[in-house]
Amino acid sequence: MFRLSCKLLSKVATSDGHGENSPYFDGWKAYESDPYHPINNPEGVIQMGLAENQLCFDVIQNWLMNNPKASICTPEGVDAFKEIAIFQDYHGLSEFREAVAKFMAKVRGNNVKFDPDRIVMSGGATGAHEMIAFCLADPGDAFLVPTPYYPAFDRDLKWRTGVQIIPVVCKSSNNFKVTREAIEGAYKGAEEANIRVQGLLITNPSNPLGTTLDRETLKSLVRFVNEKNIHLVCDEIYAATVFMSEPNYVSVAEIIEEEDIECNPDLIHIVYSLSKDMGFPGFRVGIVYSYNDRVMNCARKMSSFGLVSSQTQHMIASMLSDEEFVDKFITESKTRLAVRQQYFSMGLYDQVGIRCLKSNAGLFVWMDLRKLLKEQTFEDEMALWKVIIDEVRLNVSPGSSFHCSEPGWFRVCFANMDDKAMELALTRIRNFVLKNKDIALSLKKQCWHSSNLRLNLSSRNLSSRRMEEIMLVGMMSPHSPLPQSPLLQART
Amino acid sequence: MKLLSRKVTCNSHGQNSSYFLGWQEYEKNPYDENKNPTGIIQMGLAENQLSFDLLELWLAKNPDAAGFKKDGESLFRELALFQDYNGLPAFKKALVEFMAEIRGNKVTFDENKIVLTAGATSANETLMFCLANPGEAFLVPTPYYPGFDRDLKWRTGVEIVPIQCTSFNDFQITSSALEQAYKEAQKRNRTVKGVLVTNPSNPLGTTMTRSELNLLVNFISEKEIHLISDEIYSGTVFGSPEFVSIIEVLKDRKCEDIEVYNRVHIVYSLSKDLGLPGFRVGAIYSNDDMVVAAATKMSSFGLVSSQTQYLLSEMLSDKKFTKNYIMENQKRLKLRHKKLVSGLESAGISCLKSNASLFCWVDMRHLLTSTTFEAEMELWKQIVYDVKLNISPGSSCHCTEPGWFRVCFANMSEKTLNLAMERLKVFVQSMNGSNNLSQYQSTKNSRRKSLTKWVFRLSFHDRQLEER
Repeated sequence: MFRLSCKLLSKVATSDGHGENSPYFDGWKAYESDPYHPINNPEGVIQMGLAENQLCFDVIQNWLMNNPKASICTPEGVDAFKEIAIFQDYHGLSEFREAVAKFMAKVRGNNVKFDPDRIVMSGGATGAHEMIAFCLADPGDAFLVPTPYYPAFDRDLKWRTGVQIIPVVCKSSNNFKVTREAIEGAYKGAEEANIRVQGLLITNPSNPLGTTLDRETLKSLVRFVNEKNIHLVCDEIYAATVFMSEPNYVSVAEIIEEEDIECNPDLIHIVYSLSKDMGFPGFRVGIVYSYNDRVMNCARKMSSFGLVSSQTQHMIASMLSDEEFVDKFITESKTRLAVRQQYFSMGLYDQVGIRCLKSNAGLFVWMDLRKLLKEQTFEDEMALWKVIIDEVRLNVSPGSSFHCSEPGWFRVCFANMDDKAMELALTRIRNFVLKNKDIALSLKKQCWHSSNLRLNLSSRNLSSRRMEEIMLVGMMSPHSPLPQSPLLQART
Repeated sequence: MKLLSRKVTCNSHGQNSSYFLGWQEYEKNPYDENKNPTGIIQMGLAENQLSFDLLELWLAKNPDAAGFKKDGESLFRELALFQDYNGLPAFKKALVEFMAEIRGNKVTFDENKIVLTAGATSANETLMFCLANPGEAFLVPTPYYPGFDRDLKWRTGVEIVPIQCTSFNDFQITSSALEQAYKEAQKRNRTVKGVLVTNPSNPLGTTMTRSELNLLVNFISEKEIHLISDEIYSGTVFGSPEFVSIIEVLKDRKCEDIEVYNRVHIVYSLSKDLGLPGFRVGAIYSNDDMVVAAATKMSSFGLVSSQTQYLLSEMLSDKKFTKNYIMENQKRLKLRHKKLVSGLESAGISCLKSNASLFCWVDMRHLLTSTTFEAEMELWKQIVYDVKLNISPGSSCHCTEPGWFRVCFANMSEKTLNLAMERLKVFVQSMNGSNNLSQYQSTKNSRRKSLTKWVFRLSFHDRQLEER
């Protein structure tokens, strides 16, 4: 069995640029070796590290059953098989582009219109981000990205492109809002280091925060990029997951049409996908929507490297052209997300006093566990994370994997499971806290009565101390740690 | 202030070639048997449209698979969520077995060594990203598929150094051509990382001989470089000699335990054999696990849609279907190929003897006014405008000799093919009829002048690159 010497492979292939050595993926590995299943493995690790939207498949399946023509494989749809199977034009099916453009508009409350001819396909948002980086930057150039950010940006923007990411640090003191100051600071830093900044990448709604940018902040970002003549790439992949009407979602598409904004449209680009809003990550439907004609044309040629399967284009075109269905889906999805998020975040707060960042979107909450860290260090964050995986049996994502500047924050997904699993997750958290109180107490007793027993400074001890603190917090809150009814009114 | 990357502002996507004039003309005036019988017939598109009935029949007979159902339960949700870059295991298994079947089961493939990609376009680019750094080079025999200029070079920064093949020996690869290419790369100060061949060849339509394959293995062993064998047309071999895959040669030479085994990689796709270019199903097969690991991660940028993986895993697992399909498809290709060859012959035109693919490599050197590429372009324009056939000029395939054209035969009905041959016959007869070839051409001169201007203008328009 031979292995090629490294010089026979490219630097890209032998580097770590794929980013999979990040702890973000360790939890995945733990989950995969022992995945929870209600019947086959009820003790397994519950996956809460995967931002998937599984709440509305019944709605979609119902539509599919009533619309067999959406598939080119059914007797009703097979007439289109040949034509679709041959279709590899990188412009994409016109009905697909029209349907997607309409969907994108509806998701933004029809406050803006999208031009179907500007819609360019890509291999998921993953492919879209890499493609945009290839178009807007040369090796060595940089993008400013506010932290915390989606871990895979390190791969998507940098790996094969040679582009750099310069983080724009956001802090909990103002709920991680991105400030003009922070961006100016990061930009200046790049200038001083002789790094050419080609653009600013924002994710709105944010992953991992679950928050949307307010109108004024967005405007200020648009003004900033126009002043510096750099690009603004807006990843709006979670646009339809905004489940609260206040604060309302504002897309960059709306901002650039406002009268008090002078914006060069050549600087504005949107990345989109159906992976989160529709729950279709497997279908690889990524979209690049650029207001810059040259970028659009170049991206379209590049899309050859990741076109959407024509079979999928055809199905999506059918589905999203059904306006009645789309309206119903968007509303239903938001409702279910709202219920789920509130149930989970209220459950956490009421039962064990754990707070999450106030959020109005996304498939996850940004959980604040700073009080459980003995010291505010990332080592302690990792130790806590291991406890959560090994003992609470939940896979969650540590903030450090999102490049968060402050330890103690965790992203916890809530939309990729059914109600039962959600309930179980909350129960496990609760039980762990209760159990550890006893363990903590008994450990204390043992130490007192037996001098022969070595003091065990394992993480369990550390954790029991932390859990005590939680308990105190929980006790001090006016709410009992007993399970609350899911019909509890929203407080946030 | 520089706003866009060099990739946007340069031309290496390769789509500014004047070659697209033919496409543009076809799209303005496409032949239709009923609606536009004098329109341009598309013979520049290497598509396999001969066997859709077999696929449709399978769909009709397999409603569950077609409806994404298994044991009465819908698989929609599972498929919608499935984004694992390791691919659907059942699909990979079915795919490697299909690949083995195409090779007469003389070799077997390991499903753990295959990486799924968005078409062969993505597979070739991904392999470049894995095997070469920007500025390094791959040697590619000419004539070659025009899309390689984009796929191998554009975003990767890799260079192509041609291995010049000539009609002298039917464009086969020779040891001296290989050495010459290698030296040329050194002259350009480029580190050669490997050789990429297409077997069966596009645009030649021929399968590589065992001696060529052995030559390649010797060459890459000596130079310690990679070999990529793009076998996208492997299922279209309809005549002798039989298809010999590079994997077979390695097996015969007992190379499985030798280091060179790890440096040979195969590219495949279902776009030609099954005629499904829209589904974007490509694959990289490598014996080296580092390459497989790196390519798998890179496939995130272009995964195959899960619903497509599922449909094809069901189809290709049906061994009765695959056996019949492979055989019937090859039969139909053979017949169609014969039709084209005899049609050309009756027009006094010969082509390279071929046993595979969806096209013929046609010799029109005798119709050139001079042995130049300008004359080739002139002839080509005549064929597009006067004969109303869109075919591909050899220069777009980097052929070193003017006068060769690639003509496709599997993307139209038999009737249309017959008509195309008739038109060609009439054209050649009229050429022979007119005493002075240049007199014939001068009547078209004015149009050609404006065409040349137009081509220049066109080269800045967005046009889709012809897919193989």
